[in-house]
Amino acid sequence: MGMIRTSQRFSTKSVRCLPLCLSVFLCGFLSLLFAPPAASQDWFRTGTGLGVSKARVAVADFAGKSPSAQPLGIEFSDVVRSDLDFSGILELVSKSYYPLQSPSAPAELDTKAWTDAPASAQLLAFGNLSASGNSLEIQAWLNDVRNASLPPVIGKVYRGEVNDAQVRIFAHQFADEIISKLSGGLPGIASTQIAFVSNRSGNKEIWAMDYDGENQHQLTQLHTIALTPRWSPDATRIAFTCYAPPGSGSVLTAQICIQSMLTNHLISWPRFHGTNASPAWSPDGSQLMFMSSMYGSPELFVTDASGGHPKRITYSTGASTSPSWNPKTGQQVAFVSDRGGIPQLYTMNADGSSQTKVDLPDMGYVIDPAWSPNGQLLAFSWRRPNGNYDLYVMEIATRQLVELTRDAGRNERPSWAPDGRHLVFESTRTGTRQIWSMLADGTAARQLTKQGQNESPNWSPK
Amino acid sequence: MRTRTYTKALFGTLLVVVALVAACKKPAPQAPPPPPPPAVAPPARPTVTLQSSSTFIQKGESVTLTWSSTNATTLSLSPGVGNVSPEGSTRVTPPDSTTYTITATGPGGTADSSVHISVTAPPPPAPVTHEPSLQELFDKEVKDAFFDFDKADIRADARDALSQTGQFLRSYPQLKVVIEGHCDERGSTEYNLALGDRRAASAKQFLVSLGIPADRMETVSYGKERPFCSASTEECWQQNRRAHIIMAK
Repeated sequence: MGMIRTSQRFSTKSVRCLPLCLSVFLCGFLSLLFAPPAASQDWFRTGTGLGVSKARVAVADFAGKSPSAQPLGIEFSDVVRSDLDFSGILELVSKSYYPLQSPSAPAELDTKAWTDAPASAQLLAFGNLSASGNSLEIQAWLNDVRNASLPPVIGKVYRGEVNDAQVRIFAHQFADEIISKLSGGLPGIASTQIAFVSNRSGNKEIWAMDYDGENQHQLTQLHTIALTPRWSPDATRIAFTCYAPPGSGSVLTAQICIQSMLTNHLISWPRFHGTNASPAWSPDGSQLMFMSSMYGSPELFVTDASGGHPKRITYSTGASTSPSWNPKTGQQVAFVSDRGGIPQLYTMNADGSSQTKVDLPDMGYVIDPAWSPNGQLLAFSWRRPNGNYDLYVMEIATRQLVELTRDAGRNERPSWAPDGRHLVFESTRTGTRQIWSMLADGTAARQLTKQGQNESPNWSPK
Repeated sequence: MRTRTYTKALFGTLLVVVALVAACKKPAPQAPPPPPPPAVAPPARPTVTLQSSSTFIQKGESVTLTWSSTNATTLSLSPGVGNVSPEGSTRVTPPDSTTYTITATGPGGTADSSVHISVTAPPPPAPVTHEPSLQELFDKEVKDAFFDFDKADIRADARDALSQTGQFLRSYPQLKVVIEGHCDERGSTEYNLALGDRRAASAKQFLVSLGIPADRMETVSYGKERPFCSASTEECWQQNRRAHIIMAK
């Protein structure tokens, strides 16, 4: 393995926020959970709280208070389990180990039945669901079953309309509450969405889906070519590459389009000469950087969020494209340029100064940089000589590399989840181009799309 | 004695004259010959004729067949018509070249008559004698430029192709074109949009160097979004690495 191993970990933030924890006892528990690793630990792991033993969590089937509510209760529990399992920060107790009786309220909780083997749970999520008329009410708790005298870690009531979609939304919200508690305040991602490009309507259009692949729906109907969607930091807009008439002339050229997620319509945005593509939002949402050949060769430009005041950022002999802002600082931008002959990874300051090639230990195309939410890691796709495109993560400060995919088709366009623990990407490993997600250490890959060809996923920031 | 002789001669002459006059007059009616013995006469042979209003038609047209007959008791017109009256006409629309035969049958035997109708396919809509259209000339004369992998430089073969294209554009100074930049599938979607842009720009720049005004040429990059060929082979990739020149609408 040419991979560099390191003991670098990113759990300091979790430890720092411990004083905010609910109770002294729980803090003790979480301190154990995120205790520093043993000295022998020799593992590069991306994400938070990894490399230590994970809390064992069980999710009892939520009791339906009426016959019609029972299937909704089961669905709620299933979605919470799936979310927790995919979070990567805890260990989900297998359902076959559960005791026969599921509590529907704290008064019914028999903690010993859950802490004993084989369940051996540390935390239990449980509750009930009632549906009367069109009113849905879900009562949900998370209890530390090893400390029966403590109040619930979480107690929540969700009220809304009676339908599957609403039950899924509440389940994602409850799962996010649990994940946030167990990860020391880092956000859960169960309520996030993924924008992507699909050709299943006959043309490449922008689509969106829930983070788990549910609820796939088409956003644009341009009937031309739509590419490279990117969520605005407030998740109200998606910037993308569209084919539309430029400012003058009748030919369709690549332009920047902005879709409003509030009105489901395109927002008016100026057209520029030449090819315009690959928009990227600054972390404060005030600027967009994109590739444009408005003055000749394809270089990076920045405009304000409404397309005004275009300013050229790069000047080089080759093409520069695929910008990605450091979301933590807003000061650095990673991008791709072939000024040295083939597409390679570069970084620069957001004003274009200090352009630096990111050297890798081997040759080959480097494309699709994506900066992690904490600003410390760059994910990208790299085609090493005689290889296919594979995903890598590099720690910027140390230039240490982790290979995330291997021998599984072309893997491109990584995009970070806001929790920094997950990546979504496109892969041809099934024979067709599809969207996949995985933990940022390359494990737990799961396929999110199956219909048509799907590419260019982008994870919503919240 | 002489007188007697004269008288005799006169009498004789008179007789001759009378006889001649008599001979010049209508001959005295003779008795009709006796009728021939009543022999049994054979029945007359039938006769029939068939004519067509036209013998060369195009597919789908009709002709009128006309016939007449004698001594026939039955008349049959084939193919496809059947028994007909001794005299008459009918319209037929033969799908292909056809020989119509009418057969007359009577006590005296049979007789027939035929007519051949030649059916030809309709002629092509318009004879190909027009001047080639501008689009046809464009398609024949204007050549695309092909590129090396990950390159936007004009190769020698692209130089020749674009020179021919430039010659054509000079002959039609009113003509405007769109130059599309295309890439093979190997690079990334985003990088290929840039590379396709540079290929289209290179081709345009070369044509400008040949004297074609820049404002007659628009460029667009399709990256790898509109491939000409979809196999993962070098032959196919080469087809997709090009600047494709089309007439502006």
